[in-house]
Amino acid sequence: MTTGSSSNTGPTHKLVEAGITLLIALFGVIVIAGSLKAGINWGAEGPRAGFFPFYIGIFIVASSAINLWNGLREDNDGLFAEWGQLRQVLSVVIPTAIYVGSMPFTGLYLASIIFIAWFMRWLGKYPWLTVLAISLGMPIVTYFIFERWFMVPLPKGPVEEWLGL
Amino acid sequence: MEELVNLFHGFAVALQPFNIMVMIVGIVLGVLIGVLPGLGGANGVAILLPLTFSMSPTSAIIMLSCIYWGALFGGAITSILFNIPGEPWSVATTFDGYPMAQKGKAGEALTAAFTSSFVGALFAVVMITLVAPLVASFALQFGPAEKFAVYFLAFCSFVGLSKEPPFKTIAAMMIGFALAAVGLDSITGQLRLTFGVTHLLNGFDFLIAVIGLFGIGEILLTMEEGLAFRGGNAKINLRVVLQTWKELPAYWITSLRSCLIGCWMGITPAGATPASFMSYGIAKRVAKKGNNFGKGEIEGVVAPETAAHAAGTAALLPMLSLGVPGSPTAAVLLGGLLIWGLQPGPMLFVEQKEFVWGLIASMYLGNLVGLIVVLTCVPVFAAILRVPFSIIAPLILVLCAIGAYSVHSSTFDVVLMLVFGVIGYLLKKCNYPLAPLVLAIVLGDKAEEAFRQSLLGSQGSLGIFFSNTLVSSIMILGLIALFWSVIQQGYTRIRGGAATA
Repeated sequence: MTTGSSSNTGPTHKLVEAGITLLIALFGVIVIAGSLKAGINWGAEGPRAGFFPFYIGIFIVASSAINLWNGLREDNDGLFAEWGQLRQVLSVVIPTAIYVGSMPFTGLYLASIIFIAWFMRWLGKYPWLTVLAISLGMPIVTYFIFERWFMVPLPKGPVEEWLGL
Repeated sequence: MEELVNLFHGFAVALQPFNIMVMIVGIVLGVLIGVLPGLGGANGVAILLPLTFSMSPTSAIIMLSCIYWGALFGGAITSILFNIPGEPWSVATTFDGYPMAQKGKAGEALTAAFTSSFVGALFAVVMITLVAPLVASFALQFGPAEKFAVYFLAFCSFVGLSKEPPFKTIAAMMIGFALAAVGLDSITGQLRLTFGVTHLLNGFDFLIAVIGLFGIGEILLTMEEGLAFRGGNAKINLRVVLQTWKELPAYWITSLRSCLIGCWMGITPAGATPASFMSYGIAKRVAKKGNNFGKGEIEGVVAPETAAHAAGTAALLPMLSLGVPGSPTAAVLLGGLLIWGLQPGPMLFVEQKEFVWGLIASMYLGNLVGLIVVLTCVPVFAAILRVPFSIIAPLILVLCAIGAYSVHSSTFDVVLMLVFGVIGYLLKKCNYPLAPLVLAIVLGDKAEEAFRQSLLGSQGSLGIFFSNTLVSSIMILGLIALFWSVIQQGYTRIRGGAATA
């Protein structure tokens, strides 16, 4: 496996944690807003649909406020991750996002072949023969296990249609 | 006596040829999951859940529970041979297991780990056989308030016993509850928190969350940390196994203590990880060779492995008898039961006797099969672990995508899985526990239903949760669990004050 650059810079843990906590608080506010829309008081069937999530939203906001306070008070100057490490993470997240996004159009098999091949060739620097063997082998094994033996249909695209699968 | 008769019927179910085959397949897949980095018990079971859709519920749950046992066994292989804990509960096993392997005693360490795992699981299964029916019949008296009190106790235990900061645990748990609330309200039939997005009408499926949070999140963490394989050869043969078995009875007190710790930590949903650490810590303090712990002491492998397996198995007791899972993997199994239209809880013992006892019998057999499989196949599994991460990672990611898609045949779920994966990575890095989040997604609907039904009965008065001895006791236990760390700190301070006075 390749490793990222080992520069000792990157976003601080405190900063990222504060950002995450604020995002969680924002999620809490959205839950509160949605609950208010659904109704938080009593109706004919007792507590209305928004009653329970409303208090959940309040808990989320309140606990986030405490977490933010604790996080900012903490004496933690460490790094969340080095830039090289984050690049390494993104080098997986971005292709996976493209893989997932292309699945409705290409089907699972073709997308998987390209994704595995890319991963092995780019990150693993494997010879093309190994890349082809595994990137073609895995979807074929998957097809037999899931679709033939356990009868679980997986998303298909034009290639599978052309092959009559 | 009735339990024994039921258990024998259960063995008749579990010993059907198809179920034995399913058991072996499940164990092998489970060990593979335990061995591979980035795959854990919970998301391994979630990914493979679709494979069981065409089976009967009994065969399906046997396969899934065997994947679970296999994953519990598999974690020890990587810990001992490569100093890489495949699962969090295997961390304590590395302390003495890896030094043993470095001294050329890998075979002894692996045999001790597998045998201890088996002993821990067996102890917990016997406990489940004897106690679960009693708990279930007791729980039949429960109304909505008592049901909510049990959920309250389970969630408070998570906050009180979690090693993460309590407000982070609460925040994670509440996110889970909020996600569970999205979609159709089961009581009023009204839509909520969907904000007009049609994909959210059915809410968030916990399986998607599990695959994303645990599977993708773990891969991202591994990608960041890098992975260096540095293992020796795994030699294990009959002579080593028999030699180690001869040695193990000397540690029966450690085993028994670890079994008890494991069962307790499994039932209160603290889980296998704290159980293994606690058991290791106590063993180190009281063992005759305590000073040698960390240098390759066999007792240092026996203690955490016994406790982890006992806890992992005992976590199924509250799931079966109360419908409250004691661990994330138990939560996934519970979700599986719901998919097959089975309602875990006390009525399961009345309405689905064959299923429950088939499952309990399979726990005995599954662990025995597991022990045999791991003892005979260690070199194979160790060889698999040498496959570089840049090959394993994309295969796991593709498997995760297949698992997420298969739940509802929806590509939107695959997108959600990736979103959950990134969230899981960020939350884990910021020390937010993921287990309570998943449990809250699974149990959110049920807890809310019990809460609202209770309030409906009391015209909105919270006094209903303290209206009789049973519900009050459970609620008070919950409050004690919630404030456990505060109580402990106060106790220590008082003792410290008394000592200095």
